[in-house]
Amino acid sequence: MVAATEQSTALMAETVRVSVRKASTVPMLLLVGVALYLIYAWNAFDITALLERAQLSKGALLISDSVAYKTHVTKNLRRGDFEVAIEGERHATYKDLPDWVRGDADKFSVDLGDGYVVRVEDKSLAFEVPGYGTIRSELVGKKIVTELPEGPVPDWLKARDVKLDARPTFSRRVQMSRAKIEIHKFDYGWENFWFPFTSVLHGKSFGELLEIAGSPERLDADMPNWRFILSSFWGNPEWQHGIVAVALFETILMAVLGTVTAAACGLPLAFVAASNFNPNGTLRFVVRRIFDFVRGIDMLIWSLIFIRAFGLGPLTGSLAIAFTDTGSLGKLFSEALENIDRKQVEGVESTGANRWQRYRFGVIPQILPVFTSQFLYYVESNTRSATVIGALGAGGIGLVLVETMRTQRDWENTFYIIGLIIVMVFIMDSSSSWLRRKLIAGGEKR
Amino acid sequence: MVDVMRQDLLALEGRRRLYTGLSVVLLIAVVAAGYREASALNSGGFLQGLLKFFDYPSQIVMQAWDQGWEFWSLFPKFLPALIETINIAAVATIIGAVFATVLSLASSRNLEVPAAIIPVVRRIMDIMRAFPELIIALFLIFVLGASPVPAAIAVAFHTSGALGKLFSEVNENIDVKPLEGLKATGSNWLQRVRFGVIPQVLPNYSSYFLLRFEINVRASAILGFVGAGGIGTELSRAIGWGAGSEVAALFLMLFLSIVAIDQLSSYLRRHFVGAENFS
Repeated sequence: MVAATEQSTALMAETVRVSVRKASTVPMLLLVGVALYLIYAWNAFDITALLERAQLSKGALLISDSVAYKTHVTKNLRRGDFEVAIEGERHATYKDLPDWVRGDADKFSVDLGDGYVVRVEDKSLAFEVPGYGTIRSELVGKKIVTELPEGPVPDWLKARDVKLDARPTFSRRVQMSRAKIEIHKFDYGWENFWFPFTSVLHGKSFGELLEIAGSPERLDADMPNWRFILSSFWGNPEWQHGIVAVALFETILMAVLGTVTAAACGLPLAFVAASNFNPNGTLRFVVRRIFDFVRGIDMLIWSLIFIRAFGLGPLTGSLAIAFTDTGSLGKLFSEALENIDRKQVEGVESTGANRWQRYRFGVIPQILPVFTSQFLYYVESNTRSATVIGALGAGGIGLVLVETMRTQRDWENTFYIIGLIIVMVFIMDSSSSWLRRKLIAGGEKR
Repeated sequence: MVDVMRQDLLALEGRRRLYTGLSVVLLIAVVAAGYREASALNSGGFLQGLLKFFDYPSQIVMQAWDQGWEFWSLFPKFLPALIETINIAAVATIIGAVFATVLSLASSRNLEVPAAIIPVVRRIMDIMRAFPELIIALFLIFVLGASPVPAAIAVAFHTSGALGKLFSEVNENIDVKPLEGLKATGSNWLQRVRFGVIPQVLPNYSSYFLLRFEINVRASAILGFVGAGGIGTELSRAIGWGAGSEVAALFLMLFLSIVAIDQLSSYLRRHFVGAENFS
């Protein structure tokens, strides 16, 4: 008896084991398949070579350049003159020296903070580095002669006959070649963000600006001071606040117009495509294939075709979005229509309502929640799409982003636009989900 | 009494209709103004554009027609690019789905994860979802060089957030009784997830996975335009050179592959979740 129980227990255990093994075989095979595929992809993408080529320093450079800017103090050794300029740019040259540069072209000193001081005299420089000593270099004939403190040469310092390069900290750098001495001072922040360097408003504090805005004495004879301040900011040539704002507006315009148009075209067509509203099978088939066609061709291809026809700008983007989403929304709406409750329509019909009244009072209220929620969802996702097709050339903030990235000079500009895009997407995202919750009764926070 | 009430109701109804009518008129006005503004900001006008609308498509078709049988030889030529695009999408969807599974398990209220991490993981997924993949791709192309990998990473990042949310909704709708049963046998959290959760959610996961794969094929094609390789890069090159027949071939290939993936994925999804649950 006991033996029989043991036997049956063993049998049961065996059965369970077999069924578990059977049940795990398919997932295991699937996992092996996925793993093999990923190995294939690793080779197809040539990731090994990519990792060797990857320039992580470029990424670090990009990030540091995004939050800091440098001011160059340059002494030309051939002509003997010197200048102080932000990013070494001609249009951002200081007329009055900033207080950390003292002296004149023949003999001046640059205070880089924390005891780091560079003194330049004629064709020689002395760089005081706290904790290391003083680096002295001089141009003798065609050679740079460098005298270093005792001890091993640190790896931030390169001294050769033709070039001296010392960067003891991230934010301080001194370079010397046969032609010039260049001192870089890095500061955190975005230079000239509010006003162009050449503007009289540059470097003024908020309080001072308020005072200027209130004062009756005009800085520009043509307009009151507050308008002058606004237009200086708006027209800042480097940061292009005005252009960027218009581009953001264009992007949102594209998304909203495109989605509204798609919903307006999709709804009537959805009635034609729904089997419980349109008994004509041929027509239904045709409309459904139209939905599939405009949806299937993809926003990418539509926007390329529209760019050819309408040129760059928000109209192109709106139409591309409208075309694609007429297909998607039309399909969704027609499915919602097919799922409605007949009874409400019959109820409306029993009061003697005609066809349009039946639609208006029996059908529309039923599909309105689906309609609204899908519409809002598409506005939100189209804001992202509008950025992307903008980058392909349709205009808006996407195009501005790609253009600033292409010049690869001012990463802080790129960073600024990326920030604005993310803020825009977040605002659209959260306002749309807020509206969805508000408008659809019983909608809860998800 | 009844008459008064009826009158009140009718007045109320009338006002409501007036408001509805007014908002419809307002909406139409806003849209019309929006289109005028958009048309003004555009570099080409609407009406001239409308006349030229068929120029480009017909030009492409004509050039393709002129090629005759040669045209079909372009298909094998661009096949590697198409495969690359599909590879980007597939790798990104697989990696994204793995991360999405982890994130979704950490953000479902019914799976006994610490309550404090749920909102944190949800916000992380929101951010991942909202972050435009184009930006990540452009940044990575700068660091890693032009190759499909930046696109795959960017799409995978976005996919993790998007699928994670959907997965966590699936997790929250499961039957918790198997979990209790497993707990009674003394299994740990991982075992409960493996034997109690995964078998229940797998059909819906697969369905969302396939849907996402379809979306990611489009996204990968678009990212090709900014230098991520694949069919997008070929398309932007062909358009730039004005090679009409190549553009036609690429458009057609992209269209056909999207349709094919569309059909395949909806067939498989029907298979996984059952036709009656399919919507």
